[in-house]
Amino acid sequence: MEKKQNAYVQLAMAMLRTGILGYGGGPSVMPLFRYEAVTRYKWTDDEEFGEILAIANALPGPIATKMAAYLGYKLKKTSGAVVAVLFHIFPSSIAMIALLSLVTVLSHSKVVIGMIAGVMPVVAVMLGEMAYNFGEKTVKGLGTVFGIAMFAVSFLLLETVHIHPAIVIMIFLAYGSVHFRLAGKRENREKERDVAG
Amino acid sequence: MRVWIQLMVGFFIANVLGYGGGPSSIPLMYNEIVSHYHWLNDSEFSNMLALGNALPGPIATKIAAFVGYGAGGWVGLFAALAGTILPSAVALILLLKVLHKYRQSPVVKGMSLLVQPVIAIMMAVLTWQMAKNSIAQIGIWQALGIAAVAFWAMQIRKIHPALVIVAAFAYGGIVLSHVV
Repeated sequence: MEKKQNAYVQLAMAMLRTGILGYGGGPSVMPLFRYEAVTRYKWTDDEEFGEILAIANALPGPIATKMAAYLGYKLKKTSGAVVAVLFHIFPSSIAMIALLSLVTVLSHSKVVIGMIAGVMPVVAVMLGEMAYNFGEKTVKGLGTVFGIAMFAVSFLLLETVHIHPAIVIMIFLAYGSVHFRLAGKRENREKERDVAG
Repeated sequence: MRVWIQLMVGFFIANVLGYGGGPSSIPLMYNEIVSHYHWLNDSEFSNMLALGNALPGPIATKIAAFVGYGAGGWVGLFAALAGTILPSAVALILLLKVLHKYRQSPVVKGMSLLVQPVIAIMMAVLTWQMAKNSIAQIGIWQALGIAAVAFWAMQIRKIHPALVIVAAFAYGGIVLSHVV
């Protein structure tokens, strides 16, 4: 039956579902995207989906909207991309505005002030967990010593010298682009030294 | 500068620097929203993040929609969303063929790896900021107690974060409304 629907309706339904069923931000929603695009509607196969995801991850910016735009574009060019992105983000955007507007209207009530105060430690724990995850990726990718050195340099630049985060990230991106080449050279030199010694 | 241009620029900068999807852009968005343009204060930002995490859907666009709407109405909402989504979505479609070649390149891998420590530190600083505000507002024992229970629930019991947020709202509404 679903085969009879036109591509726009399929796109809209798939993106609506991924938009309202996914919790925890874009990356955690990727399995739902795979289910809609590969299993349910067969717009693409597993291998291609994996490839596109890898390419999308090489670009900065939110991942869910990149994938929605790509799938929409693949099916129906620009208008497909627009439909996919809009259906993916609008329900949650509107819910967010409605809910927070309600909170703002009630913001003088003691109960609402208490609720906001009660949730702040939870937000701190969630942010702390994310900080830990990013830290873990760093240490896994760079090794313990070099990883910790990079934390120290980031902290120094951001919090002591107070350089704008955009500039700090650019510096790290610039070094990152040559990191594996430099690391490779260093390894080679050490090997040569071992052979010579 | 008109507010919709600020919204577009602010959200563009925060999202174009975040590698690894929406969550990695949270500290960058904090920097634009709270520190730079003062669209929200710390407690409003925390509240938004809590509700944003309790609702489904991508986090970056929920934040952009809410802050954009608050600062500039419907025009602001579209400006903030455009700054968040358009550059990376258009880039993916236009550069697909080129990127295909570089997907496995050590240059791209090195860049996405070296962003991680900066994001980790920004996230840690933001955590500290929220913890400090919370302690100032409800005292160290309440704040630490709630944080400990939240940590136990999410990390050890693996309870869904949305439920933990709802529980914290309930506790705050019933108990903390007599404290603050």
